[in-house]
Amino acid sequence: MSSARNRELTALVPVALLLTAGFAAVFAQEGSRLDNLSLIYGAYFLAVCVATHLFLRLRLPDADPYLFPLVALLTAFGLVMIYRIDDALARDQANWFVLGLVLFVLTIQFLRDYEVLERYRYTIAVVGLLLLLAPRLPGIGQQVNGAYLGVKIGPLAFQPAEFSKIAIVIFLASYLRENREVLIVGARRVLGVTLPPLKHFGPMLVVWGASMFMLVFIRDLGSSLMFFAAFLALLYVATGRFSFVVIGMAMFTVGAWFFAATVPHVHDRVEVWLHPYPHYEDTGYQILQSIFAQADGGLFGKGFGQGLITIPGTHNALLPAAQTDTIYSLIVNEVGLFGACGVILIYLLIAARGFKIALLASDGFSKLLATGLTAVFSIQAFVIIGGVTRVIPLTGVTLPFISYGGSSIVANFVLLALLLLISDRARREAMQPRGRALSLGES
Amino acid sequence: MNRQIVKLFGFIVVLFGVLVGFTSYWSVFDAKALKEKEANKRPLLEQQQIRRGRILAADGTVLAKSVAKGKGDSLRFVRRYPEGALYGHPIGYSFVRQGDSEFERFHNDQLIGEESEFGSILDQLLGHNQEGNDIVTNIDPGAQRTALSDLEEAGFGAVVALEPGTGEVKVMASNKPYDPNRVPYEYSKLATNEIETPLLNRATQGLYPPGSTFKVVTAAAGLESGVITPETTIDAPGTIIDEGHELANDFNEDFGPIALDTALTNSVNTWFGQLGQQLGNEKLFETMEKFGFNATPPIDLPEDEVEESGVSSEGDLLTARDPVDLARVAIGQERLLATPLQMAMVASAVANGGKLMKPQIWNRVVDPDGRVTERLDPSQYSQPISAETAAELTTAMEGVVSEGTGTNAAISGVPVAGKTGTAETPGNESCGGGEEENQAWFIGFAPANDPKIAIAASVECTEQFGNDVAAPIFRDVAEAILNGE
Repeated sequence: MSSARNRELTALVPVALLLTAGFAAVFAQEGSRLDNLSLIYGAYFLAVCVATHLFLRLRLPDADPYLFPLVALLTAFGLVMIYRIDDALARDQANWFVLGLVLFVLTIQFLRDYEVLERYRYTIAVVGLLLLLAPRLPGIGQQVNGAYLGVKIGPLAFQPAEFSKIAIVIFLASYLRENREVLIVGARRVLGVTLPPLKHFGPMLVVWGASMFMLVFIRDLGSSLMFFAAFLALLYVATGRFSFVVIGMAMFTVGAWFFAATVPHVHDRVEVWLHPYPHYEDTGYQILQSIFAQADGGLFGKGFGQGLITIPGTHNALLPAAQTDTIYSLIVNEVGLFGACGVILIYLLIAARGFKIALLASDGFSKLLATGLTAVFSIQAFVIIGGVTRVIPLTGVTLPFISYGGSSIVANFVLLALLLLISDRARREAMQPRGRALSLGES
Repeated sequence: MNRQIVKLFGFIVVLFGVLVGFTSYWSVFDAKALKEKEANKRPLLEQQQIRRGRILAADGTVLAKSVAKGKGDSLRFVRRYPEGALYGHPIGYSFVRQGDSEFERFHNDQLIGEESEFGSILDQLLGHNQEGNDIVTNIDPGAQRTALSDLEEAGFGAVVALEPGTGEVKVMASNKPYDPNRVPYEYSKLATNEIETPLLNRATQGLYPPGSTFKVVTAAAGLESGVITPETTIDAPGTIIDEGHELANDFNEDFGPIALDTALTNSVNTWFGQLGQQLGNEKLFETMEKFGFNATPPIDLPEDEVEESGVSSEGDLLTARDPVDLARVAIGQERLLATPLQMAMVASAVANGGKLMKPQIWNRVVDPDGRVTERLDPSQYSQPISAETAAELTTAMEGVVSEGTGTNAAISGVPVAGKTGTAETPGNESCGGGEEENQAWFIGFAPANDPKIAIAASVECTEQFGNDVAAPIFRDVAEAILNGE
């Protein structure tokens, strides 16, 4: 029964060793000395992970054994990268990592019957939308780089979109679980295109409207894209109608195109994406420096701690927002194409495990929730990596578990807790009948 | 729903594949082009963190070094040129904002200790920091100083001195000089000064009509092709008509039938004009090209900072197939333009028994531990003429200095071979448009019986002749080098 947990424990040890080695590399670069501080950090990290592992062993013995070590790996990698940028930031990040684990544990402890979420789905949806709106509210909203991403209440500052994405996925999973039948059955063919029934078009328009609203008023192109893509992913999985996805994409494209043409902020983002060089001095600086940093990395990179982040002798950024937006470019710069592919592979493995959970889950809500959480997580990684590699316009989304930022770490640990909750039940249910069959065969 | 979930995963795989594709494009496939972008200061900033190697003269004088500024993350190295303007050409400069030039640019990889990617990974694993190598050049500081101070007296121009047997560049001086230490502060002033053009290395980029110095090439083509022997006489009247225009000797002097020695000693235009016509395009261009014309000079300076010499028409170099006024090309006029480096190569090839060695400024690369990792291996560029032809030309060129037009190049106790040149450049804008302006030349080598040095000296915008302004520079520089040994 606990073979899954044994695998998890086995996987955590190399992760802690990797963190130790990473810190050792950064120390060696900075002071040309090998400090046992890296061993201490490694030991702390291992201790925190093992404690979390013991809790999982107790509470979710059958949950997926690979997700937690994979996430720990990303966090360890992020900690080393951030430490290498600024050790004070890394201390913050380490604290948030611990806070994230606390929320992870609390979520698992108090949400064992996660179906209860379905009952409060409209409340959750409203909370999610309010969270999205919060940065525009006078008094608590904060503008960062032209986008309204932050909220500050007293000493507490956070990015509500990170939490909002979980709330909205929960709502969508629940809503689509209930309405998927009517969406499929009620669909009509008009001019060769399968359209969803008008009655159920409303909620879809609401989601589309929310995305457009984010684009224009929150000015958060990245989150907007992330939310809408997750919505389309869920819609597709729930109904199996590819035409709905096409219609949704068309609606988003038309909306985005319209606002790109009329709203200066959105227009600038797109213009800089398509033609960065004329804007080299100002708006194009970040994306171009991001690309230049990658060009300098080559196949193997320059090594941990070797890349340039500020212009030497000044405090001017050579790679702006290296600890958040452009951390992937710094990764390519320092560990090269191979290292970056490793990071992408870890995200892909997490996505694979997440969808595996969705496949194993027996009820519709669990399936859709696991799918939605995995999709929103993967798309978030795509949006920011795609942004700094000029696949799509650059936006201020965090790279999950690697970028500096408390909201991102904490929210993504809650997301992970939900996935493991679904996984534990799904795997247990999946194993029982098979266990019987096996014992029959043996007798 | 499971089928859709699998398809969705497939879609995510495709998305991530796109990310891998774009990352590969930026970091590997397009990396070289990105590093060369004007907007990308990263390569220069990174090089600034490496202690760039020193550049030394042949005697160990430090021509360029790096000094550390700041500490830790803000540590960087800034280039200093202790000798100031004396070596601005051909050493050049290397700064983050202004980029790099000349020798600093050409030898950049060695100076910053650049290695292959695998080599640098090994270094990282072993904890080595990248360190630059020193480069020792062939430049003779005494002779360089003499050349530049003589030039500053004579006018804008250049001097190039090569060791004939090895191609080692002993002197490369250009007037107007500039102090590379000032480049970070007054770059735009230096770059936009169109009269003095201090950033232009006139030795390699100054294209001048070579005038009578080119008669050495014409004579070489004549002897080498067998069109003439040293004994062949050609009747040289005061003037000839060439392509409908008069081609005259100085003071229209009629020499009658004379052989090569007399013709070269007195720089007889009508004699060489007729020789050029007898040679034809093919033979003259073949010899020119073997001397290095119509090609990028084989020197260790960036390709875009050296000029090709030859008959130029609207920026293109003409070849044997193009119609040219051969008689006037043969006496170094028409549209023929040559750099001082090119004419030094001509003198050097004659001095070295007909073998043209590749001119090289560097001599050896010394790694941070003091080991010589690379050493100049003199290599031959071509053999434009036989040893016999070279000996015959040497005899004729000795006559120029001992009793002809180039007597000011004579050094007491040392036989000198050479050739003067005075190309008229009336109305030259860069000379202020005066009608009496000349381009004065002297090319030659010494000692004539055992050449140690071949030199070209060229002075712009002078009302004097080659023997008056260029030959004395040759003499001073040659003496400085011969006495230094």
